[in-house]
Amino acid sequence: MLPLIVVVPMLGAAVAALLPAGRLPWLWATAVSWFMLWAAAGLAAQAMDLGVLSYWMGGWAPPFGIEYRLDPANALLALLIALLAAVVLPYAGPSLASEVPERKTPYLYAALLLFLAGQMGISVTGDAFNVFVFLEISSLATYTLIGLGRDRRALTASFSYLIMGTVGATFFLIGVGLLYALTGTLNMADLAARIPAVAETRTVHTAFAFIVVGVCLKLALFPLHLWLPNAYTYAPSAVTALMAATATKVAIYVLVRFIYTVFGPAFAFGDMPTAHLLVPLAVIGLLSTSVVAIGQGDIKRMLAYSSVAQIGYMVLGIGMATALGLTAALLHVFNHALMKGALFLALGCIAYRLGTTQLAVFPGLGRRMPWTMAAFVAGGLSLIGVPLTVGFISKWHLVLAAIELGWWPIVAVIIVGSLLAIIYIWRVVEVAYLQPAEDPGRCEAPLALLVPTWILVGLNFWFGIDTRVTIGIAERAAAMLTVGLNGGAP
Amino acid sequence: MDTVVDILLLAFLAVCAIAILRLRDLFAMAMMFGLFSLITAGLFTTMDAPDVAFTEAAVGAGISTILMLATLAQTARREQPVTGRSKLLPLLVVWVTGAVLIYGTVDLPAFGDPSAPVHTHVAPYYLQQSTADIGIPNVVASILASYRGYDTLGEVVVVFAAVVGVLALLGLRARPPRVVRRPVRRLDQHAVLKVIAKLVVPVILLFALYVQFHGEYSPGGGFQAGVIFAAAIILFALVFGLDEARQVIPPRVLQRLPAAGVLIFGGTGLLTMLLGGNYLDYDMLRESPQKAQQMGIIMVEIGVGVTVASVMLLIYFTFAERGRHRRPDGNGDDGPGGAAE
Repeated sequence: MLPLIVVVPMLGAAVAALLPAGRLPWLWATAVSWFMLWAAAGLAAQAMDLGVLSYWMGGWAPPFGIEYRLDPANALLALLIALLAAVVLPYAGPSLASEVPERKTPYLYAALLLFLAGQMGISVTGDAFNVFVFLEISSLATYTLIGLGRDRRALTASFSYLIMGTVGATFFLIGVGLLYALTGTLNMADLAARIPAVAETRTVHTAFAFIVVGVCLKLALFPLHLWLPNAYTYAPSAVTALMAATATKVAIYVLVRFIYTVFGPAFAFGDMPTAHLLVPLAVIGLLSTSVVAIGQGDIKRMLAYSSVAQIGYMVLGIGMATALGLTAALLHVFNHALMKGALFLALGCIAYRLGTTQLAVFPGLGRRMPWTMAAFVAGGLSLIGVPLTVGFISKWHLVLAAIELGWWPIVAVIIVGSLLAIIYIWRVVEVAYLQPAEDPGRCEAPLALLVPTWILVGLNFWFGIDTRVTIGIAERAAAMLTVGLNGGAP
Repeated sequence: MDTVVDILLLAFLAVCAIAILRLRDLFAMAMMFGLFSLITAGLFTTMDAPDVAFTEAAVGAGISTILMLATLAQTARREQPVTGRSKLLPLLVVWVTGAVLIYGTVDLPAFGDPSAPVHTHVAPYYLQQSTADIGIPNVVASILASYRGYDTLGEVVVVFAAVVGVLALLGLRARPPRVVRRPVRRLDQHAVLKVIAKLVVPVILLFALYVQFHGEYSPGGGFQAGVIFAAAIILFALVFGLDEARQVIPPRVLQRLPAAGVLIFGGTGLLTMLLGGNYLDYDMLRESPQKAQQMGIIMVEIGVGVTVASVMLLIYFTFAERGRHRRPDGNGDDGPGGAAE
């Protein structure tokens, strides 16, 4: 089952490209995404039972062949990607039909499936070079998907992401190449075993720098985030929802995997100044992009800036270098996907009816599209971190982790960040509910869009109340990843 | 002797790189890029890596130069200088990156050092076991198609993803638009070119098939073969015109081939799973593991060749067709000596 979770969407993309234009490619892609969810759920359960699942591609034993390796950390991620895909793809049909010409549907859904295959491939592989290959697959598909946006500026947004993304991927490849030159292996577990012997060389330090900077470009860490706002703003609605929910999260996972598994926390935080670099950038990014979000006229762009801010929280957790901090980061990876997914889907409903997401069309929307706006408010509450939502759970863990370290200023930063989120969400709520509409006619989105949106909203509350699954997996993953830190939490 | 050749090639490489930076004529720049790749291919050859050299020569010097020219045909021939932007920050970033790269190479093992980790860990296994496991003389082919065959499948999917992007954003017309012919611009009158092309195209096609099916014994394989095959048809299109070339392979068929190649490669993996093995474990295909491995490699290499050749052709056709479509409007310019201002 482990290879199929990647192979099925990958070959499914080829099948989608052969189908006739119309509804068929969409139905096919939706079926594939449901298969992925079914497979991911089964695999996550197995990974929790057994600890580690290993699969040898071509039957060749690692490090000679390529290994797929699933442990609680990437099981959580695989589950997240599959869950979001299975919810967003049914929504994508009607939503994308209004934004992309019908004759393009076979390639559109081929690109969507390639994107999913790439994301899933990066998540479950245990081979450093294989990460690069699947990074390229998902990146190329993403450039295509962004470029299919209605606005012609989508093309320039896609192009600048192509340049930045290619620089990031090349940096990553240079890093992996240098590691190969010093260890003679590409398997992550094998690398982890062989790096300590050569850790004191300049080549390994350089490799670490290239990999971290390359991945930070892909995950849009401040100040390498400049590609992200335009990409999210001009991409088709369903694509933005899927990208915001999964793409940067997978890059966060790659960062975690390389810092904690491949190089090991002792090297990453002992020999290299990783924490001194990541934590300040995360804090500056978190505060500055939250402030920038407040001034945006396009709500889609506002949420894009908010995404960069939220990435700050995750990187903060990674930079803390404690089991609790990492738990918070992994939790936020999962939880932020749920909240941003819900918010972008709600925006997609608005774009479907009104053709734009500018704040100028929001007056009176509270009455005109009550269900859509209610979903937006619920997602917004989760983003702020109100109790009973997933946003509260991850921020609470992050605050706990900061207190454990005695980092009081960081606690203040997290609270200020949440206050800023209140401001930018409230702006929208105020306009939508308190300002009168010019055209008071009801124009609620169709059920085909509302149901997936509300499923994600529901999950925001479900995993905000019943946290056993998410915290359970995240804690196990963090404990496993931080073994190198003198046996886990201090 | 090797050192002298290396120094010469590297000096050429540096000259090329500086020339590319300084050139404002993009047509000349594209040619310099081709030269750059050819010199790189030469360097790979002196490093005893003929497979990589072959790919670099076919892809870097060959097809990507043509694609760059096809792009220039629709945009402009001369670079518009960007003014008003500070170049200090980009320059700083480039210098720092370069400095860090040089810093990182200081502790690298010497090139060819037999005790270097790359020669003592995984590589010896491939060199010693390949004959017993797979039984073909070209170890590079056994690594690419079998030991790390899954990466190769991924690379084929990358190529497929590229064509999905081109077709989704630009699109290929089922029937080319009829436009006014401008004979002056075409190569129709050049009898010498036509005769030479007629002589050369079949030979290139034959060579592509040789590279495809002889990849287990000599440098080559599906990637190179696909590129060479496409290059032959592109050469035909350049000399005889797009319409004639499109009659060789109708677009309807061509558009389906990239996906078909991916399915041939990926389907082989599913087949081995159905037969009870792991994904892409060719041992399941036949009784004798060596024969099974060779059979599997031939199957997946066909998938690679089909996808690569069709993708290169599709990208070229899509670009060339747009260039032709736009010409009557006066947007964009193609030929040498054209006014691009």
